Amino acid sequence: MSAPTRDSLLDDATLEAYFDATIAAGHRIEPRDWMPEGYRNGLIRQIAQHAHSEIIGMQPEGDWLLAAPSLRRKAILLAKVQDEAGHGMYLYSAAETLAADRADLTDKLIERRQKYSSIFNYPTLTYADVGVIGWLVDGAAICNQVPLCRSSYGPYARAMIRVCKEESFHQRQGYELLMTMMGGTPEQRAMVQDAVDRWWWPSLMMFGPPDDDSPNTAQSMKWGVKRHTNDELRQRFVDMSVPQAEFLGVTLPDPELTLDPESGHYRFGAIDWAEFKRVIAGEGPCNDERIARRRAARDDNAWVTEAATAYAEKQP
Amino acid sequence: MSDMTAEGGKNTPSSPPLASSGRAPGRGRRDWPLYEVFVRGKRGLNHVHVGSLHAPDDEMAVHAARDVYTRRNEGVSIWVVKAEHISASSPDEKDPMFAPNGDKVYRHPTFYEIPDTVPHM
Repeated sequence: MSAPTRDSLLDDATLEAYFDATIAAGHRIEPRDWMPEGYRNGLIRQIAQHAHSEIIGMQPEGDWLLAAPSLRRKAILLAKVQDEAGHGMYLYSAAETLAADRADLTDKLIERRQKYSSIFNYPTLTYADVGVIGWLVDGAAICNQVPLCRSSYGPYARAMIRVCKEESFHQRQGYELLMTMMGGTPEQRAMVQDAVDRWWWPSLMMFGPPDDDSPNTAQSMKWGVKRHTNDELRQRFVDMSVPQAEFLGVTLPDPELTLDPESGHYRFGAIDWAEFKRVIAGEGPCNDERIARRRAARDDNAWVTEAATAYAEKQP
Repeated sequence: MSDMTAEGGKNTPSSPPLASSGRAPGRGRRDWPLYEVFVRGKRGLNHVHVGSLHAPDDEMAVHAARDVYTRRNEGVSIWVVKAEHISASSPDEKDPMFAPNGDKVYRHPTFYEIPDTVPHM
């Protein structure tokens, strides 16, 4: 039995004023601080979605582990896929400080009650896809994640710092893979161009719906959970990617892509938001396969965790 | 003092339990305790909290901590401790707990005036 705490003696308005002042001062919110339910639930939703993306994100590239063209590429890809698992774990750890439960979150993913990034519902058709995922998909993830290192919620920001340190390796290995293929045969160059054609638009969709169709953005920015709007980050990604594509010698599949000399930004064509919504709704090329495999991983491996539990219970 | 864990976890006050998925609780991972993980970055530094994980026992917790938190020479030593065994101060104790830092200025070296001409001080 403990004495009444400060929190139990103060009304919600006073507590919320403390909370708002902490964020206004640029300080972090930590797990045991009082926080509005909307802040807690919004963070759980965002962090869980992020964690699920890391875990599901192992699958498209994992498909190439046994078909990597050399031992060197295989070792690199294995390390990268292992990192994605680690990133998922950092993020579930952060979600758990908000009173979420890891096993519950996994169940919600498998039951399609929580989402993951739409990008992982596209197939990896050739080995060039591994390179393009590293360059574009991980590049887009870096654009999204670097500002999240300053997220107002301490455990999330700290998890993102660890993630970002490792993402740099992911992007560079992808770009190097593509440079190697572009220095190869005409067939290899065509494979790279084909992969770029297929992944460019889905990569732009990774930043989420446009600002005028993103209902959570304003509140997320007020609370310091997000630091930039979806469209700002998308623009930053396009501006970074165009010169990288030029260096590589590939064409980005957008005839409207032009440099606007006044703003210094690249203007790009309209994104097919209908496709984005279809994929989010579960009708992408690989949604069913991704979820089925995650479900199998949970169910088929349950005996391992049960055996470990039984062993632990027998220890003195 | 309260019975709260270090980073919170499921026992965080003011956190209603989340709705269960309805899946029957098995004797598997769902029941594994929460461990907090601390890593010594290199010799000469303190162990620093890096995150948490679930494991069936202490030994497995160390192995899992190694895989999750030290894939790139981030550490030379790992501590794991069940979150339930950590006692922590509460946010509402902030003022009385840490007040001495503010009103005992003589605990800081800048409190003492020493002429600049004194060497090596």
